[in-house]
Amino acid sequence: MASWTWFHRLASPPSFFRLADRLAPWFGLLAAALLAYGWIDGLFFAPEDYQQKDAYRIIYVHVPAAALSLSLYMGMAVAAFVALVWRMKLAEAAIIAIAPVGASFTALALVTGMLWGKPMWGAYWVWDARLTSELVLLFLYFGVIGLWQAFEDPRAAARACALLAIVGVINVPIVKYSVDWWNSLHQGSTILKMGKPSITAAMAWPLFASLIGAYLLSGYVILRRLQNELLLRERGTAWVRELLGASRV
Amino acid sequence: MRALAAVFRRELRLALRSRMDWLLPLLFFVMVVMLFGLGARPKDPALAGFAPSVLWVGALLSMLLTLDRLFRSDYEDGTLEQLCLAEAPLTATIAAKLLAHWFLTGLPLVLLAAPLATALQLPDAGLAPLVIGLALGTPVLSLVGGFAAALTVALPRAGLLLPLLVLPLLAPVVIFGAGAVRAALEGLDAGAPLYFLAAVLVLCLTLVPWAAAAALRNAFE
Amino acid sequence: MNAASQPLALRDLALRRGPRLLFEGLELQLAPGEVLHLQGANGAGKTSLLETLAGLRRAAEGAIDGRPEAGGLHWLGHRNALNLNLSVLENLEFWCGLNGVEPAACLPALERVGLARLRHRLVRTLSAGQKRRAALARLLVSLRPLWLLDEPLDGLDRQGLELFAQLLAEHAARGGMAVVTSHQPLPPGLSGVRSLVLG
Repeated sequence: MASWTWFHRLASPPSFFRLADRLAPWFGLLAAALLAYGWIDGLFFAPEDYQQKDAYRIIYVHVPAAALSLSLYMGMAVAAFVALVWRMKLAEAAIIAIAPVGASFTALALVTGMLWGKPMWGAYWVWDARLTSELVLLFLYFGVIGLWQAFEDPRAAARACALLAIVGVINVPIVKYSVDWWNSLHQGSTILKMGKPSITAAMAWPLFASLIGAYLLSGYVILRRLQNELLLRERGTAWVRELLGASRV
Repeated sequence: MRALAAVFRRELRLALRSRMDWLLPLLFFVMVVMLFGLGARPKDPALAGFAPSVLWVGALLSMLLTLDRLFRSDYEDGTLEQLCLAEAPLTATIAAKLLAHWFLTGLPLVLLAAPLATALQLPDAGLAPLVIGLALGTPVLSLVGGFAAALTVALPRAGLLLPLLVLPLLAPVVIFGAGAVRAALEGLDAGAPLYFLAAVLVLCLTLVPWAAAAALRNAFE
Repeated sequence: MNAASQPLALRDLALRRGPRLLFEGLELQLAPGEVLHLQGANGAGKTSLLETLAGLRRAAEGAIDGRPEAGGLHWLGHRNALNLNLSVLENLEFWCGLNGVEPAACLPALERVGLARLRHRLVRTLSAGQKRRAALARLLVSLRPLWLLDEPLDGLDRQGLELFAQLLAEHAARGGMAVVTSHQPLPPGLSGVRSLVLG
C-alpha cells in the first residue's frame, strides 16, 4: 500500500492546489508559444491548398477544437468514474472544471465547421455526420452544466453529473454510429466528395503545433478552474484560510 | 418477484385513480400529429416523407410530459426512503416502476401509431417498421427518461432540465426508429436499424436500473 | 427478533451537510432494550444522523458497528411514506410486498393503531394524526430489532401518544433498540431512555 500514499497525497485538495499553482504557468506559456507559432505560420505562411485555396486555413482552429471536444468529454468521463467509485473530491471538482471548457471547444468546432462549410458545401449547415454528432455532443455538455447548476450541494451535484457523464460517454459512440448510418442513407445531394487530402509538411507543422498548443491551453484553463473550484468547496477549512490570509497581506 | 408485482400493481392502481395523468400525454401525441397535418397543404404528398419523424418526435415529447412525476410523488411523500431501505433491491423496484411506466405511456403510443401514420398517408410498407421500431424504442424512452427523472428528483424545477438531459441521449433512437421506416419506404432493408434499436434497448435494460438507483440514492445526500 | 442481542455502536462519527460540518467525534453505544432520545436545535443534524444510521446517507468520517442489514430496521421519516391516492390498507400491503412480509399481518397492525375501521379510506381523507398512526402500523407488521423514528409524535393526539408509548415500551421489552428524534419530551413511563443533545 505504501506505493499509493503519494497518490493520496497528490489527490488531497491542498497539495493538488499547490501543484496546480506551480504547473499552470508552464502550461500557459507553452500554450501561448505553440499557438502563436501554429496560428501565425498556419494562417500567413503555410502554402495555399490547390483545391480549397485559403479557406482550408480554418483547420488550424477547427481541428484542435474538434479534437479537444471529444478528448475533454472522455477526460470528464474518466473523472466521473473516479468520482463515483473512489468518491475522490478532486475528481468531483474536475468534472465541473472540464465541462464548460469542453463545451466551449465544441461550440468553437461547430462554428468553425459551419464557416468552413459555406465555401466548401455552399451552405453554413448541412446535415453532415460529423457536424451533427458534434452538435449532440454540445447538448450533452450543456446537460452536465445545467444539472450542475441546478444542485445546491456540490457533492450531490458532482455525483449526479458523474452519472450523467458516464451514461453520456456510452452514448457518444452510439450517436456517432447512428448519425453515420443515417447520413449514408441520405448522402449524395449536398456533400461535396473530397478525397482524403494529403497534406504537406509545411501545412502539417503549424497544425501539429496548434493541436498541442490547444491541449496545453485547455490544460491551463482546467487547472485554474480546478483551483477555483477547490477553494470554493474547501472554504472554511484551515488550508484555504491560511492561503487567503497570506495573500491578503 | 413479489416485490416487483407489488410495485407494478401499485402503479397500475394509481394510474386508474388518476386517469388524466396518462390520458393527457396520449391526447397530446394525437394533437401534435394532427396539428402537423393541419400545418401542411391538404393532400400534400410530402407529408408521408415527414410522417416517421413526426410520429417519433411526437412520441418523444409526450413521453417527456410524464417523466417529471415518475419519482417525484414518491420522493415527496417519503415512499422513496422506504424503497431504498426495503428488502427488495432498489434496482428491481426501479425496473418494475419503469416497466409500469412503459405499459401506461409507451405501449398506448405504439398502438396509436399505426392509425395516425395512415392519417399522415404513410404507405403501408412503412407501417410494420414504424410499429416494431416504436415497440423497441419506447421502452428505451422510459428507461433513459427514468434515469434522468431519478437524477433530478430532488430538484424543485426539474421540468425545465429534463428535456435537456433526455433529448440528446435519445437522438440515436429517433434516428434508427424513423430511419427504419424511411429505409423501408425506399425499398431498403429495415432490419439493420431495428436490430440496432433492439441492441440499444438491451444495453439500457442492463445499465439503467443501476444508474437510476445510484441517482436516487444520491437524492438523499 | 434475531439480531436483538447485537448492540449498535458509533465510533468517532462526523457528519457533513454540503460544506457544513454538523458534528464530529460522536461516540455512542446503544444496547438492546435501550431507547435513545435525540434532541437538538433545528439544523443540528438530528435527521441527518438518523439517515446515516439507516444507511441513506454516508458519514463523513467514522463508522457504525452493528447496523442491521437491509430489512432489519424500521424507518419512520418525518414524511409518512403514504400515497394519498391509495387506501390505508393498500399502502400497508404495498410495504409488505416490498419487504416480503405476509399481508395477513396488516389487519392486526391496523387494529392496534386504531385504524381497522378506516382501512379502506383513501389516505387523502385522513387527518394528520390518523396518517401518523397509519405510518406507525408499519412498525407492527414485522418485528425488527432497530427502530429509527423521526419526530414520531407529530400530529398524534393524547391517545396517540399513549399508544406510541406502549408500542415503544413493548419494543424495548422485546430487546429492541430505538433512536427517536423529538422536540417534545417522550411520553412518561418508558424505562431505559437515554438522551443525546446535538449541537
